[in-house]
Amino acid sequence: MSFESALRCRECGREYPLNPIFSCEFCFGPLEVAYDYDAIRASMTRESIAAGPATLWRYGDLLPCDPEFRVDLGTGFTPLVRAERLGEQLGLKNLWLKNDTVNPTWSFKDRVVSVAIARARQFGFDAMACASTGNLANSVAAHASHAGMDAYVFIPNDLEQGKVVGSNIYDPTLVMVEGSYDDVNRLCTELSADRNWAFVNINVRPYYAEGSRTLAFEVAEQLGWHAPDHIVSPLASGSLYTKLWKGLQEFAKIGLIDEPHTRMSGAQAEGCSPITTAYREGTLNFRPQKPDTIARSLAIGNPADGYYALKVMEETNGGAEAVTDQEVIDGVKLLAETEGIFAETAGGVTIACLKKMAESGHILPDEETVAFITGAGLKTVESVQDELTAPIRVPADATAFDEALAARSSQLAGAPAGGT
Amino acid sequence: MATKRVRFTFEPDKIKQPVIYDLGHRFEVVTNIRMADVDDSIGWVVLELEGELDEIERSIVWAREVGVRVDDPTLGDVVEGD
Repeated sequence: MSFESALRCRECGREYPLNPIFSCEFCFGPLEVAYDYDAIRASMTRESIAAGPATLWRYGDLLPCDPEFRVDLGTGFTPLVRAERLGEQLGLKNLWLKNDTVNPTWSFKDRVVSVAIARARQFGFDAMACASTGNLANSVAAHASHAGMDAYVFIPNDLEQGKVVGSNIYDPTLVMVEGSYDDVNRLCTELSADRNWAFVNINVRPYYAEGSRTLAFEVAEQLGWHAPDHIVSPLASGSLYTKLWKGLQEFAKIGLIDEPHTRMSGAQAEGCSPITTAYREGTLNFRPQKPDTIARSLAIGNPADGYYALKVMEETNGGAEAVTDQEVIDGVKLLAETEGIFAETAGGVTIACLKKMAESGHILPDEETVAFITGAGLKTVESVQDELTAPIRVPADATAFDEALAARSSQLAGAPAGGT
Repeated sequence: MATKRVRFTFEPDKIKQPVIYDLGHRFEVVTNIRMADVDDSIGWVVLELEGELDEIERSIVWAREVGVRVDDPTLGDVVEGD
């Protein structure tokens, strides 16, 4: 069952009934789901979790919707991979990768959308909506199809065909909006106010955001019921990052793990780094930026949870790093070449920042560190396709193959190694 | 009458200017501050604007023209990336 008790303002603490609303009437602060942790502690044990499904719904007691409304495409309980080869390159002896590229629509957005659509059904909505250029759009369209709901997906009108198809295949009402990203923002905020839709990152945002906590729950369970020493997470709106910390604290609160002492670090691309910039300047007040980076899934110039992310950094003795687009590409390649995981550019940001943090000594060699890989590389092939070693082209002849192989070996011996 | 919630972000060169005072005098709009924070590098104010909708919109256009960034106070960017 669900143990949600209210919506609570993150600023002033005022509580509201569990409705599709997202901001406090008094101070306009964002609302967050509150739970009855005593009841959860009595209901949820390591054994009951282990007996649950191999999806995010194994943590159903900690998610804000009743079981009969769940929508399950098989999201979650993704692999936690021991990264020995990457760790060796970076000088990290205890490195793990949370591989969320293997979700139903190949990104961690399936977690938040699973929860949003379940809560939307519980509210009685029959239509979902979102504004996105990729991962979120794919996930909303797919989950709406599975649940038999209408979907309205708003995208800027200059998107590449591949990204349009990735959502359109599920047959949502796909709306290409003329104008800038700011224009799309404005239109969606306006529409969300007077349409009877569950707009995943607007009116059901408090519920939607809760899905990210399942990444923290899984990591703690997969590590043998403890929190890691250090987490490196990509930063876009800052929601995932703050919810990872909330999830670890909640697991401790209900007695499943000891009090976490995890240092929370965040990763951004230099071309969109409002949170990292504020961290470097020692302020909690970030300055919105106009994004200019190939890591488009992290290109949120005005992050809704930026302030809260900076507070978590301060509270946990964590940090933030940012990398250039070339470092992002090198990060994607390094991850693929050492661990066999093909990530989208956001994964390249995370790995490249992980590398910088290891080199600077921000992450200590013995710290048990978990890096989050949140989306699959086939979504952003164009960003790396011109950076790879060209294939050998030969006639169907063994001698010709041996000659070409020898030529390639000598060529590579004279060139710097790929990756970082 | 309509109301609109906004977040004004001020660059350092705008922090000393009485933008909210000026807005209230130039337009038939009541300004009601709910949260604010200002430091050396940046300042922001979350406020509610009350008046006729057209007048509120005109006041927001003016605020942008004088160099203030205007956003929804809670949501940040709504469009999510790839």
